[in-house]
Amino acid sequence: MLNKIYDWVDERLDITPIWRDIADHEVPEHVNPAHHFSAFVYCFGGLTFFITVIQILSGMFLTMYYVPDIENAWESVYYLQNEVAFGEIVRGMHHWGASLVIVMMFLHTLRVFFTGSYKKPRELNWMVGVLIFAVMLGLGFTGYLLPWDMKALFATKVGIEIAASVPVIGGMIKTLLAGDETIIGAQTLTRFFAIHVFFLPAALFGLLAAHFIMIRRQGISGPL
Amino acid sequence: MHRGKGMKFVGDSRITDPSSRTKKNIPKDYSEYPGKTEAFWPDFLLKEWLVGAVFLVGYLVLTVAHPSPLERPADPSDTGYIPVPDWYFLFLYQLLKYEFASGPYNVIGAMVMPGLAFGALLLIPFLDTSKERRPSKRPLPTGFMLLALAAIIFLTWESVANHDWEKAKAYGEIKEEVAVEIDETSEGYQLYQASSCIGCHGNAFEGGLGLPLVGLELTADEIVTIAHEGRGGMPGGSYTGTDEELQKLAEYITTLQPTE
Repeated sequence: MLNKIYDWVDERLDITPIWRDIADHEVPEHVNPAHHFSAFVYCFGGLTFFITVIQILSGMFLTMYYVPDIENAWESVYYLQNEVAFGEIVRGMHHWGASLVIVMMFLHTLRVFFTGSYKKPRELNWMVGVLIFAVMLGLGFTGYLLPWDMKALFATKVGIEIAASVPVIGGMIKTLLAGDETIIGAQTLTRFFAIHVFFLPAALFGLLAAHFIMIRRQGISGPL
Repeated sequence: MHRGKGMKFVGDSRITDPSSRTKKNIPKDYSEYPGKTEAFWPDFLLKEWLVGAVFLVGYLVLTVAHPSPLERPADPSDTGYIPVPDWYFLFLYQLLKYEFASGPYNVIGAMVMPGLAFGALLLIPFLDTSKERRPSKRPLPTGFMLLALAAIIFLTWESVANHDWEKAKAYGEIKEEVAVEIDETSEGYQLYQASSCIGCHGNAFEGGLGLPLVGLELTADEIVTIAHEGRGGMPGGSYTGTDEELQKLAEYITTLQPTE
């Protein structure tokens, strides 16, 4: 039955080459930790993606309870943390994942850097990777405000003040992020929520797609 | 055999300049590495999953052992809180505390230095265009990256060492609401209002910088002694009224018990 459905779709859309390309591409020996233990450094990128998937899933579940409003944000997080079944685990994974993804991405960046893998023909993929790094930092910064507790509010105040100190456009950046020229409050929280949940993930998906398509086109860099 | 599945780049360090390249020294395709190359699915992915599973166990242990922190609700009017960003921004934050990167030179710390570093990172493929890939054979990129790493580690270390984590934790702690009935016309409360105690211990004895004063297990004499000599972070000798008034205030404080 499933085979028949597959054949029916394949006959029309020729989908086999798409997944065969992913399934059959050959992984060279020098990146395989089963052959050389030191090749574990080639796992950092995959682990970064693994945590990213966990962040997306746990984040989706968090939004089922979270309320982006200054009256209820903290209350909803407190409820999620203390009352909801496994809420502490889901929030915990999102919280620790946010740190781990930065660590893994940093290690992945260092691996690519020190193996010189950014060199021709992979310049574009490197630049996309650096942009992914920036997006991840943005996700970390905006996500930190959302529980609306003391550390969240004051860290964000400092962050926005630093952004505001940029010459010429600093004031505009501040207004864009905070929603007001002076107040860090209700508008800021909803804006950070929107940026954290819609804008940056959208950018992230696009960049990740580009990152992976380029890896498939170019293959992984060869041994040193 | 046909080179790969249309894959064009292997790109290892044995690539020579295209003009001098002959058929002989074109790097071997992955499929020609003898024996040990394997298909992504299912052979290699299985190994990746093993690594992922080990990683996931550690991740979950961390999650269960350390529940994610939640401080008390944000209070914008509370200016005593010492702000600190999440740990991976600490080095940028610390940079702004040095003289050459703060005050009138704030632009250097906030914009120029991070901007240059990020720009260099983004554009490194065009700054380091040699064919050489081994770190030891390209000392400048390697050196700059090691320098940047050392700087990030040092700045993060400095920032962590200089932040009073204990105080921040105590300050951010979620406080239980202690309800207490206060007769604002009583002599004791009048004395409290007139004293400097109220600044730290709160309008309704709920605490703030200082501890809450509701339901203390102290005698009036002990409270008088603490007011004179201080305790913990509380300075002594802050009470400016007479001893008689202090005694009355202390006795009043002992009467404060939480209402059920």
